Amino acid sequence: MISYSRNNQLSIQQNAMLMDVQKLQFAVLDLALYLDTHPNDPVALFRHKAYANQLMQLREAYEAQYGPLTIFGNEMGDTWRYINSPWPWEIK
Amino acid sequence: MFMYEKKLQYPVRVTNKDVRMAKAVLNQYGGADGEMSASMNYLTQRFSMPLNETKGLLTDIGVEELGHMEMVASLFRKLLEGATREEMIEAGFGGYYANHETCPFYLDSDGVPWEAKYTQAKGEPIADLYNDMAGEQKARATYENLILLTDDPLVKDTLRWLREREIIHFQRFGEGLRLVEEYTANKKFF
Repeated sequence: MISYSRNNQLSIQQNAMLMDVQKLQFAVLDLALYLDTHPNDPVALFRHKAYANQLMQLREAYEAQYGPLTIFGNEMGDTWRYINSPWPWEIK
Repeated sequence: MFMYEKKLQYPVRVTNKDVRMAKAVLNQYGGADGEMSASMNYLTQRFSMPLNETKGLLTDIGVEELGHMEMVASLFRKLLEGATREEMIEAGFGGYYANHETCPFYLDSDGVPWEAKYTQAKGEPIADLYNDMAGEQKARATYENLILLTDDPLVKDTLRWLREREIIHFQRFGEGLRLVEEYTANKKFF
């Protein structure tokens, strides 16, 4: 029987916060794609700026609590947490 | 330059294992109209686009498709988790398992390997954008078929989301095409 090792369940709080990051980032991405073909649309620009700002703050808060999402952030701990948090395809 | 963020673009969850479905979703990984074909198309066509709008669009959608590849691969793995030997053999998955265990590989559901012929880079922007729009429609249709092939609501949810992205990409490419056609019509030749 195929079984993958490790318990990769996120806490309810982490899961909720991750989903918030995903939702917000998706809003930013969708606006960015629209702006790629409508670079001067003022409403889209305004929305992108607002959401991007929110995203930056939310991501900072998420990473501060649950560890880095990229290798380019400032690892403040005494261990390289990047590799040891659950990998995206393992999260239940 | 490319960077990776350690999260899926959208959650991928399954209620139960389903080896037959795992085989089917592999189409969107290594198949002709799958996410890899889309990504490779856009990330290479962008180099010969005349307008910044379409350079941006092809780059950004090309990158998003890599994230979709990741989602499909995750779905594939999760659908196989807990499968028994008998279930794998019954679903016709024995051969794949012998060669690749449960690692996603660049094949379609029939085991046909991915190839560059699934992509196009004519280098001519109008031809390339029409090709890309057709690709998005084919991907949309494939996701619709996959949604029909499962009763698992969690799997359907992820597939529906991926399907909607194809529709949006199609619209964006349509806008890019219009911009390129206007640009081409305004060019003067001597």
